Order: sequence, then C-alpha cells, then structure tokens
Amino acid sequence: MSAATELSPYLMLVLLGFLPNEIWRLFGLVMARGLNEKSEIVLWSRAVATAILAGVIAKLILFPSGELAAMPLAVRVIAAACGFAAFLAIRRSLLAGVAVAEIVLIVGGYLSGH
Amino acid sequence: MQPTRTFDTTNAAFAAGVRTAWTSVFAMVMSGTYVGIGALAHDAGLSAIWLTMSTIVVWAGPAQVIMVSAIGGGATAFEVALAVTLSAMRLLPMVVALLPLIRRPGRGMGELLLPTHFTSVSMWVESLRLLPAMAREHRLAFCNGLSIGFMVVASVFGLVGYYLAAGLPTLFAGALLFLTPVSFLISTARNAVAMLDRLALALGLIIGPALVYFQVGLDIMWTGLIAGTVSYAVHRLRGASA
Repeated sequence: MSAATELSPYLMLVLLGFLPNEIWRLFGLVMARGLNEKSEIVLWSRAVATAILAGVIAKLILFPSGELAAMPLAVRVIAAACGFAAFLAIRRSLLAGVAVAEIVLIVGGYLSGH
Repeated sequence: MQPTRTFDTTNAAFAAGVRTAWTSVFAMVMSGTYVGIGALAHDAGLSAIWLTMSTIVVWAGPAQVIMVSAIGGGATAFEVALAVTLSAMRLLPMVVALLPLIRRPGRGMGELLLPTHFTSVSMWVESLRLLPAMAREHRLAFCNGLSIGFMVVASVFGLVGYYLAAGLPTLFAGALLFLTPVSFLISTARNAVAMLDRLALALGLIIGPALVYFQVGLDIMWTGLIAGTVSYAVHRLRGASA
C-alpha cells in the first residue's frame, strides 16, 4: 500500500517528513551541550559533516534522480568540473562557479539531444 | 584576525542576517531548487499549503525531494521515512559544529532550539563563514535572521514552481536539480580554508561514490565517519608534528 493512500497528507508530513528529519537535529542539540567551539569533538563533527556533504554532492551528481538523470554522466561531471575550475579562476566566486556549471550543463544537455 | 563585527541592537543583527540571506548567491540557488521542489509537489498531487508547510517544518531540500517524489511514486510509508531519515543524518554533526559558535554563556538551551531547527546546508555554510568574525552576543539573532530570510525565499519560490509546474521543459528541470550539488560543492570548497575541511571534502567526494559503487549499505553515514575521521586524524598528527 502506498504512503499516499495510507495517511492523510498532513499526518504524512509529520510522520514521514518532520520527525525522521528533525530527530537528527535534536540529537545534535543534546550532543552539543557543554561543548565549546575549540573542542576536539566539534572539530571532528565539522570534518564528518563536511565529508557527509561531499558524499551527498557526489551522489547527486553521479547517481541523480528525476530529470537530471536524463543528462549523460559525462555532461554532469564535466559541468561540475568546469564550475569548480571557474570558481578557482574567478576570485573564488560562488556565483561564477555555479553559473559556469549550469551553462556547461545546459549546453552539453542540448548538444547531446535533450 | 579580522576585526569583530558588532551591531547596535539585536534587531539590527537580525535584520543584517535577513539582508545577508537575500543578497547571497544561496538565495538564487535556493530559488531555483525550490522552483523544482514546487513543481514536484504539484505533480505529486499535493496542495500548495502542504508544500509551504513542508518547507517550514522539514526545512531540508534533499528530504523534501525524497518525500515528495516518493509520495508521487507510490512508495510505502516505511520506505519514505527511512529514506528521509538517512538523508537527514548529516544534520547531526552540522548542529554539533554550529551551536558552540552561537551559544551565549549563562543562557539556557531554549534559545538554541530555533537555530537547531533552522540548520540546513545553506545556513550552516554561511554561518560557519560569517559568525566567527561577529560579536558573540549578536550571533544568535543574525543566524535566526539569516535562516528566516532563506526560508522566505524557499517558500515563495516553492509556490512559483508549484504554479508553473506544467510548463517546465526537461532540460530546464534538469538544470534546476543540478543547482543543489553544484552550489553545495563550490560553497563547501570556498569555506574549506583549513586543511581539515579540504581533506574531508576531497575524501568524501571519492569515498561516497566508491561505497555506492560497491553497494555498501548506509553509504552516506560511512562516508562521513570514514572520511571525516581520517581527515581529523591527519589534522591531529600534523598538529602534533608541527
């Protein structure tokens, strides 16, 4: 039975969206008690958070869902690499990096017939 | 050491946070991302109010994409909750790294509930970049302003996407979905000034897909623990030898 027919939309929002998501934030709140910003566990947490984020980024680019999956893998990877190179070349600008990545993706997607 | 940024009042700090959100590149990126999420919600048959509520109470782009597409795709309730909670694990270490920057001595945990709920990638990246150079007593208000500023942008553009849904060409929809990983990648790299962060980012980018390729369960959690711990260990060893 699908989620959509089992529960009302708002119950679904609380049980399937809010609670499973918020619980990790609340664990974080409890664990952060008494820690100061220079403490080693905060540094380690920052490294773990950054690494998790990197893993999420790589998954979203290499194994995407929805319409992005229709674009060839090579186009997605080259677009991300061009964006990163533009960021480094143009005064570490986030805007420049994102803009170049998007332009390369759209041109690449268009040329590959999407 | 940068000079410490101060504000005249708490309200001024809050307003500066809102302004920072609205003038940041993240506001543009978030607009695009939420146009995409709004379109997904429309196609899944959810209401505009539901979409806005989900932005406010869930407040995590990836979790919302998972929830909405799973509901539209007819997944079971258990599958949806599991997928959402796996995507949300990243929030735990982010909160642990963020709150010590915001906490004020002598105040209780109550005032930290809002920034805890507001923790999301855009807010986290901007807070870690801007808060250390700010007077401690104003960090909480700034951070709340920043988050509410982002939330307004996300809610409004979610509705734009919801009402535009039918007209989105495939290439454009793909480009919107690409905004999240690309902006996360570049903003994380921009923030990664310390060797610890650079190494964690680089290792995560390699280990994450490797674990997916070898079909290791809970790949995102293991990526964080392995790449994060290795980076931290290298940081400690180098610190010890310096």
